[in-house]
Amino acid sequence: MPLITMREALNQALREEMRRDESVFLMGEEVGAYEGAYKVSRGLLAEFGPKRVIDTPISELGFAGLGVGAAMVGLRPVIEFMTFNFSILATDQIINSAAKMLYMSGGQFKIPIVFRGPNGSAYQVSSQHSQALESWYAHFPGLKVVMPSTPADAKGLLKSAIRDDDPVIFMEQERMYGMKGEVPEDEDFIIPLGVADIKREGTDVTIVARSLMVPVALRAAEELEKEGISCEVIDPRTIRPLDIETIVNSVKKTNRVVIAEESHPFCGVGAEISAEIIERAFDYLDAPPRRVSGADAPMPYAKNLEALAIPDVQRIVAAVREVTYTA
Amino acid sequence: MSSRKPSNSRQQADEVTSSVATTAVTEQEASDLLTAEELHAEHEQRKEDQKGRIEATDRELLLHLLYQMVLIRRFEEKAAEAYSLGKIGGFCHLYIGQEAVAVGAISAIRPDDYVITSYRDHGHALAKGMSAEEIMAELYGKAGGCSAGKGGSMHLFDASVNFLGGHAIVGGQIPLATGIAFATKYRNEDKVTLCFFGEAAVNQGSFNESLNMAQLWKLPCVYICENNQYGMGTSLARAMSLQDIARKACAYGMASEFVDGMDVLAVREATLRAVERARTESLPTLLEVRTYRYMGHSMSDPGNYRTRAEIERYQQRDPIKLLSASMREKGLLDDETMKQIEQRVHEEIERAVRFAEESPLPAPEELYTDVYANPIKS
Amino acid sequence: MATKIVMPKLSPTMEEGQLARWLKKEGEQIAPGETIAEVDTDKATMEVTANTAGVLRKILVHEGESVPLGHPIAIVGEADEDISALLTEVEKSPGGEKVKQSAPAAEERAAREERREAPSPEAPSNGERGAERIFVSPIAARMAAEAGINLRTLKGSGPGGRIIKRDIEAAIEASRQAAPRLAEAAPAQPIPSEAAPYEEVPLTEMRRTIARRLASSIGPVPHFFLTTEIEMDRAIELRRSLNELDPELNISLNDIIVKVAAAALMQHPQVNASFQERAIRYYKQADIGVAVALEDGLITPVVRAANLKSLGTISREIRELAERARARKLKPEEYTGATFSVSNLGMFGIDEFTAIINPPEAGILAVGAAQPKPVVRDGEIVIRQMMRVTMSCDHRIIDGATGAQFLQTFKRLLENPLRLLI
Repeated sequence: MPLITMREALNQALREEMRRDESVFLMGEEVGAYEGAYKVSRGLLAEFGPKRVIDTPISELGFAGLGVGAAMVGLRPVIEFMTFNFSILATDQIINSAAKMLYMSGGQFKIPIVFRGPNGSAYQVSSQHSQALESWYAHFPGLKVVMPSTPADAKGLLKSAIRDDDPVIFMEQERMYGMKGEVPEDEDFIIPLGVADIKREGTDVTIVARSLMVPVALRAAEELEKEGISCEVIDPRTIRPLDIETIVNSVKKTNRVVIAEESHPFCGVGAEISAEIIERAFDYLDAPPRRVSGADAPMPYAKNLEALAIPDVQRIVAAVREVTYTA
Repeated sequence: MSSRKPSNSRQQADEVTSSVATTAVTEQEASDLLTAEELHAEHEQRKEDQKGRIEATDRELLLHLLYQMVLIRRFEEKAAEAYSLGKIGGFCHLYIGQEAVAVGAISAIRPDDYVITSYRDHGHALAKGMSAEEIMAELYGKAGGCSAGKGGSMHLFDASVNFLGGHAIVGGQIPLATGIAFATKYRNEDKVTLCFFGEAAVNQGSFNESLNMAQLWKLPCVYICENNQYGMGTSLARAMSLQDIARKACAYGMASEFVDGMDVLAVREATLRAVERARTESLPTLLEVRTYRYMGHSMSDPGNYRTRAEIERYQQRDPIKLLSASMREKGLLDDETMKQIEQRVHEEIERAVRFAEESPLPAPEELYTDVYANPIKS
Repeated sequence: MATKIVMPKLSPTMEEGQLARWLKKEGEQIAPGETIAEVDTDKATMEVTANTAGVLRKILVHEGESVPLGHPIAIVGEADEDISALLTEVEKSPGGEKVKQSAPAAEERAAREERREAPSPEAPSNGERGAERIFVSPIAARMAAEAGINLRTLKGSGPGGRIIKRDIEAAIEASRQAAPRLAEAAPAQPIPSEAAPYEEVPLTEMRRTIARRLASSIGPVPHFFLTTEIEMDRAIELRRSLNELDPELNISLNDIIVKVAAAALMQHPQVNASFQERAIRYYKQADIGVAVALEDGLITPVVRAANLKSLGTISREIRELAERARARKLKPEEYTGATFSVSNLGMFGIDEFTAIINPPEAGILAVGAAQPKPVVRDGEIVIRQMMRVTMSCDHRIIDGATGAQFLQTFKRLLENPLRLLI
């Protein structure tokens, strides 16, 4: 299998799905002539033309809602947010329109749309451009939330998301666009939504990580292996619907769990996973579930403070030692 | 707007509103105050204007427009009655007084064209051809409702007649309409989208963003602003710096028109022009249709922010009264025909109420259906 | 200052209490409100809670002993405090009425002084707080319950003394190493003439619950039954050979069955047990009751320590006991206190039956007749002497798998009695 970047994998997924289905179009700020702020849409304008690769004004609410309207009558829009920070402007359309349309119309109007873009921390861009918003969207029934952590997952999941009949929030990570991995070239390669992936098998502790935290957790697992602590790293990949079965089964085996996330801890996805584990596997726990989250503060600009705000290998290792009583 | 103000804070909010509103209404009345003679003269003038249009209109169509307006009027009166009996819950925004807008505009499009509107949606749904039975059942929260009892008054939907819903966040439907128009153009269809919204939605960012994109990308959408002059309890004068809404279109380089919303034929004609522009040139239009709602913003609104006299003045300009008077003077309507119309409407409303009463409540398991089109077991 | 803890009044009609169980050992810290012991009253088992903080210096009343209300049961004081005066006072005290009246007053006084002396009783040190209740992780609690491990006997290695999975794993490993010793210990002992010695393991909560639930649903002794079919050809051959060696012996099949049952019980000590109110008693030898039919009833004389006796001895004892049984000459100690029973109705041509357990024994074997039957061996139909055996188990002690494993051993030994020699 060819070794390609996350950026290229996403590009392949978009290209293949646009070739496959005429009703798929890509819309967002700088997706066309500029080929994407992060170059995910490189070459797409040239191949598909301005009808299907559409540069928008800076109007997040407007073009998000436009996408939802187009989906109401059968198109399959892929709406790119230059970053998910800007999706905050569009939340009315995502939450009040996209998530609820099928329900409040009594099942008449499905919304096959993908909202995608980078989420989470970037490099020294301070508070408004460096935040993880998955818990916002995962809160709402009607939305699906996907967060890939490898180029192959990114491709397979984005293809599934585009083919899905429900609104999907597809969250990439700016720091991971250049990450390389083996990606199948097969045009029918898809990864179903709602299925977690065990990125590494282990017996002593389960580390649940998503997006940027997956490679960090895997490095932590390598370090801990040297001390004889065997970590199982699970990437849910889809946050909603969450494959809690896989997580709970792992925790039943290991009896300990650490949840690593970039987002703020309060009311976060980690809190939800923790609650689910306690409800479903209480009798199997040997230690309280431990979250390793981003700082409970806006993202600072200063490099040293920024590093402190994002979970790293050391913090995950420390948490694992804590729950395995090996500190 | 419907969900803007929680009911428990309404009294306090109203106190604030009414103290300011009293002066505002007075100012507006000062400019708008007409004597009895002037009012009569205005009515006569409107009839004269309308008679010209009547001559150019087929009688069957006139009777149809009259029938639809009466149907909406009686439906809303029945809904108000059912609401007071506790049969209808939640918010219930009535359309009485504004019937000419939905009926006139929707008479100008084809059945396969799209209509989308706000939460004050009963009139548009009826005008687009949805069944009164299913609408009333939806208001009753019954399984037989057009949205299976899950949407209620503010969320009427019917895919079979391309009625794409009532939407309850002010201005929320404007980007959706823009997207629907985008999709029709994308697929090279010659369908037109009518997007209705109140004048208060014009202050939302979604209005600006949508109209900008619609003109930029030449989308076949007709934006119909129903200016009923009050955003809930706040008069236009207190909420909008430039109150000539039609003029705002020039900010986008978009065609626009000011329309008398009490004259169903005027609305129809203006919409026909806009629809023609959309269908043949793929260009959007902004119509500002001046109208008036007789009732409160919703059923829980006593309307303290305006005077009885103001409402009565507008009732003199009632669209049903106007059309029936003009038709009578042209010899196109007599007592017998009017009685027949009322009778037909009465029967249809009675059928709707019976259907709603008899329709079962949604089954408990419906709570979790249609959350996802493609549910994945988790 | 050291103080006495007295037998408290725990029910309106209570006059004396039997100390059922100490939850604290001498030398352990106790805190006010903490349960330190359990007492069986005339009504129920009640908890005794401490009123003062300190170290449990001396236990005066041991488990199983009964004392009247107000009688001192323990002394609490500082770790290094001299309690000899108090001990002397307690020893001199006759107990009963006098103690009952004076003790609470003394205790009250002691408590007052305790409060004066303690610098901050409302803010105990971490160590004291840890002693207030057991901290245990959910998985550790569950594993302990399943393995019948008393959490109070463990010291947690987690933060704040939390008992965690690895502590239970260590305890299970320790008891696994101890268990074979229990089974092996028996042969080393001399052949006793009295009732079997035993080791008592306190009931776990789970075992108590199983006992209560099963008993209330089925009867005082919740029975379940396991049946197996045993090929008897080799046992019959053994009997024939032995009797040929010495016609005086006159060994019966039943004698062999008793011998085999005793041997199997030694391999499965869980079955050689009895259910007590608060514990399970595991016997260290097999005292086998052998059911003997009388004209107007039934009696089960006991072959003591059958596991240690030769087949000849067993055979002779059974014959002799049976004779005296029919003559109504058995002494009570000769027909009570078996640890397990065998009932054989084979001589009446009974194929198979179920027997009722003789409490407090945990099991009884119902033995049918050995009869020739066609069976498949190595793919061919052959005739073998087959005997059906049904074991009745007391489900409060024996679980299905436990009983089945015992029966499996029993069958293996009986089908190949030479194994008895190994």
